[in-house]
Amino acid sequence: MIEAKGLVKTFNARHAVDGVSFTVNRGEILGFLGPNGAGKSTTMKMLTGFLRPDAGTATVDGLDVTADPVAVKRRLGYLPESAPAYPEMSVEEFLGFIAEVRGFRTAVEKRARVEHVLGLTHLGTVRKQPIETLSKGFKQRVGFAQALLHDPPALVLDEPTDGLDPNQKNEVRALIKSMAAQKAVILSTHILEEVEAICTRVIIISRGKIVVDETPAQLQARAPGSRLDEIFRSLTVSDI
Amino acid sequence: MSQITPVFKREFLGYFRTPVAYVFLVVFSVASVGLAFFIGGFFKANQASLDSYFTFMPWLFLFLIPAAGMRLWSEEKRSGTVELLFTLPITTLEAVLGKFLAAWAFITLAILLSFPMILTVVYLGSPDWGVLAATYLGTILMAGAYLGVCSLTSALTKNQVISFILSLLACLILLFLGWSVFSGVLASVLPVWLVDILANFSFNTHYDSFMKGIIDPKDVVFFLSLTGFTLFLNVVALER
Repeated sequence: MIEAKGLVKTFNARHAVDGVSFTVNRGEILGFLGPNGAGKSTTMKMLTGFLRPDAGTATVDGLDVTADPVAVKRRLGYLPESAPAYPEMSVEEFLGFIAEVRGFRTAVEKRARVEHVLGLTHLGTVRKQPIETLSKGFKQRVGFAQALLHDPPALVLDEPTDGLDPNQKNEVRALIKSMAAQKAVILSTHILEEVEAICTRVIIISRGKIVVDETPAQLQARAPGSRLDEIFRSLTVSDI
Repeated sequence: MSQITPVFKREFLGYFRTPVAYVFLVVFSVASVGLAFFIGGFFKANQASLDSYFTFMPWLFLFLIPAAGMRLWSEEKRSGTVELLFTLPITTLEAVLGKFLAAWAFITLAILLSFPMILTVVYLGSPDWGVLAATYLGTILMAGAYLGVCSLTSALTKNQVISFILSLLACLILLFLGWSVFSGVLASVLPVWLVDILANFSFNTHYDSFMKGIIDPKDVVFFLSLTGFTLFLNVVALER
């Protein structure tokens, strides 16, 4: 479903992403791990067509992001890091805008879509509130709702559980897991337990390069008995 | 192109979700009428015309249109919503046009709110309707050209203050090119033919004929092509 081939992005002569390749199929949840600045977000921005890769290609459903960005964006749900949204709009207005851009123009369709994601992400109680007045957890859920609105076959989530309390984290994980059967999901995270909890595959990226691409069980098997964060540390120690 | 509609709607209503719209409309109305009454000698002229009202428009626009346009792209860049916008299924051109047209519609609303001035001259005498119509058309077209410049400078920076100052400077130059004092100074350093060509790029030169009631295709084309050119650069600047 989502395929990256030799993605390269350079900022001021520094290789932020340096030859990243992987494939994510429907039913898979790929956990994207790596220290801050390793290139996780940059890779996601290239997959979603926000940044143009300097080399390599990214395809979604066989469509090239550079050649046909709009078609790719139709098939993708994307939660950018820290869930940006128009602060002066209410949750309902904001999701209504996303629905219209996503092609749900009639009042009935639009309403049905918005109600559906409001329910999924438990935003019903704050629907009339301006987004700028929401707590971080609610803002994050608005970003999540926006990404799910059109029920996309591919989801790219940049730190979806960032800023949520432990209960909300569990809920978001359960939600992702429940949808994963029909979707290809990529999520980045700093939380290693999250990988164990929901991911079917792990990629660890360090200094723009993939250092690990395997199942969580295989990752654990590298050093049986030790904690995941110790394994993570030993693999990304060159970044520190 | 149908994707312009939701962007337009969000942007236009966005003005009214914050105090920006009301502050702008009040300041615009008070300043334009104030200039006409106290400096333009609206009553002293003893004529049923709005010349003394519209003659200050290029100068008022110089400050107020950058104020309305500075946020167009800077704000999106600063808050990160630009990443959201450009991972939705819309092209850069659609986004630029949607936002520009919304801002233009808003300024047009501000211009049309001068209708009590028309009622005043109708009550006091019988104005030349042709001249009035031409003047309104010219004012709206000129506002579009100003706004094109502002939208472009706004796309260059995430800082609204820099955006404001850049657009003010650019508009000031476009305005001064037609001012006799300025072209006199230019003529002392540049050959006269070049000064004449430069004067053709001035807002004033083209606006004056509208105020005389002349709708010359040359002037219409000037404002529209300046708008189109700045919007084209705007797209280029965003896709960079």
